[in-house]
Amino acid sequence: MNLVLFKAVLGIYIAGMLGNLTYLVSPREYLARTSLYIMVVGFALHLAWLVTRTYEAGHVPVTNLHESLSFFALAVIAVYLILAKKFGVKALGAFISPVAVIFMLLAASRPGEVGTLPPILHSTWLVFHPVFSFFGNALFALAFGAGAMYLIQEKEVKSKKLGGIFRRLPSLEVLDKMNFYCLIFGFPLLTLGLISGSIWAQAAWKVSPYSSLEPKLLWAAVTWLIYASLFSGRLIAGWRGKKAAVFALVGFGAVMLGYLVVSLYLSSQHSFIK
Amino acid sequence: MNKVPRRARKEKLEIAIVGLSHQTAPLEIRERLAFPPFILDRALQDINLLPDVRENLIISTCNRVEVIFASARPADAIEQVKEFLIRFHHLSRETLEKYFYIYSQQEAVSHLFRVTSSLDSMVVGEPQILGQVKEGYRAALHNRCCGLVLNRFSHKAFSVAKRVRTETTLGNLAVSISSVAVELAKKIFGELKGKSALLLGAGDMAELAAAYFIRQGVKELIVANRTYERGKELAAKFEGVAVEFNHFPHYLNEVDIVLSSTGSMEFIIKKERMLKVIKARKNRPIFLIDIAVPRDIDPMVNEVANVYLYDIDDLASVADGNLEERQHQAQRAEEIVAEETARFSAWLKSLEVTPTVVSLIHKLRAIRDAELSRSISKFRGTPPEDRKTLERLARRLVNKILHEPITRLKQNAGDPDALAMVEATRKLFGLDED
Repeated sequence: MNLVLFKAVLGIYIAGMLGNLTYLVSPREYLARTSLYIMVVGFALHLAWLVTRTYEAGHVPVTNLHESLSFFALAVIAVYLILAKKFGVKALGAFISPVAVIFMLLAASRPGEVGTLPPILHSTWLVFHPVFSFFGNALFALAFGAGAMYLIQEKEVKSKKLGGIFRRLPSLEVLDKMNFYCLIFGFPLLTLGLISGSIWAQAAWKVSPYSSLEPKLLWAAVTWLIYASLFSGRLIAGWRGKKAAVFALVGFGAVMLGYLVVSLYLSSQHSFIK
Repeated sequence: MNKVPRRARKEKLEIAIVGLSHQTAPLEIRERLAFPPFILDRALQDINLLPDVRENLIISTCNRVEVIFASARPADAIEQVKEFLIRFHHLSRETLEKYFYIYSQQEAVSHLFRVTSSLDSMVVGEPQILGQVKEGYRAALHNRCCGLVLNRFSHKAFSVAKRVRTETTLGNLAVSISSVAVELAKKIFGELKGKSALLLGAGDMAELAAAYFIRQGVKELIVANRTYERGKELAAKFEGVAVEFNHFPHYLNEVDIVLSSTGSMEFIIKKERMLKVIKARKNRPIFLIDIAVPRDIDPMVNEVANVYLYDIDDLASVADGNLEERQHQAQRAEEIVAEETARFSAWLKSLEVTPTVVSLIHKLRAIRDAELSRSISKFRGTPPEDRKTLERLARRLVNKILHEPITRLKQNAGDPDALAMVEATRKLFGLDED
């Protein structure tokens, strides 16, 4: 039942992605609207997946890569739907739905059975830590999308060759605002995620997670520093525009690196239960 | 107006122009040499009193000052107009020689046609210039400075402008340039409501573009013009504020959009300045639109992050992406001007007495000969003496008819009236119909 739901969600997201990409090529109003509705339907089913999965496992389904990738995709789509409503940027779907689809495809490639959790990790932190971290990173995914759109649009305006994409992409101002918005919410969430993770680890293992050099934790610190400098740069030094967009790209690249490469290939206590 | 030239009578009137434009003179000079309305009348009358100037008309805009005149002795008249300008504006001769161009005959004709058709404008195709030429013509009429030649010349210039506007697409360009500027601004700032704009120089195209921006919700308009009064006038039109031109750098730190149209000979905004400005703005984006020819803003400025600079060519190529087509249209317009110049010059030449007399004689003789040969073929049997008599009669008749008009034409040659008479003769006898 749960796997059927998962496959349905993947199929719907792919359909929505194709609709969104088609809109980018030929900007017709109904394409953007229909694609958005498709994504909403996909998201609703995805929520259903989350509920059934949580019920089956007895905890938030983030304990193996299949679950966590799917959960991440869910968070990305949730943030996307909120931002699409808030900023009314039609081209956003074309940049974000592929991210969600890639996560879902990766999730599909991993074994889908319900993970079991060592009793030592059972705690309410199991809700806070992943929810904070995943939504923080989902916001960064959106900042990445907005940053990519900003760089494309900026290049169009600067080079003075205004192609079709120029008309489809929103204004630099809106893209920059969106980037800022994602950061303003994403950075505190990331920070909360790190803090709650540390507390959880300390509670579970009774030692500071930083006493042993964990690759995943180190990488998380690097990511945090990148976003911390962007956050303070924006708030204090008045960074904006291209610089902020590039940072959003670099930051999300780091997030992905930490999430996929470190989790997959380097052994650590934080690795998902296989 | 009925001046009789002092020196030997010369029958022919030529057109000449002494002028300067954004292509030849910096803004400071253009503004100093402009003829504002309150002194225009006096200047027109003074110029018309110059010994060798028969008719004159002045076009004075922020981008050009042109004194257009008709004279039977154009070389002398040009000197007199130059001296007048030196006196009137307190110029040195060097200044005048440096910035003014002089056109005579065909060149002058084609120049005014190009100006009126907006081919010589900063923004080719901008519509204001036609109105400004019309204003100049109206003032000249009002001061009785226009006679047959300049009347015809002006009307012809208006019709050439109309032809260029209807037969080419150049006229759309100026309007589309403004809308492209607005579209770009919207892609930079989102919406324009509540944004502010700074006008550097109160040019015509700047005014047109400013009107577009205001309609899009731009709230605050600051006008910095070298001539403060003119800036104030324009600011009042849009409920904006006029500021001293020298203070403009200060406003760069604040406004969102800058429209520059001073056509200063040097860049007034350079990269170093913009780097400082963008720092002071905390990277807040700024959109610079340079519609001046020559450029006001160093193109290098576009390299500064969060600064977006478009000059008039950039806007034009976006507005009408097809450069080739635009060149084709410009070429077409030049052809129209060339065609009309030739036609007008032919008309002007026809106003000379001698060729008119010659063609009048030819015309009547041709009629005589044609009629004679027709009649003679009917009188085949008649003796040769009778035929001679008939020929003599015809010849005398034609000569008698010609005598009076030719005498009158020659007598009046050089008078302003003569031109009208020549033109009437050509019309009455259909001398131009071939």
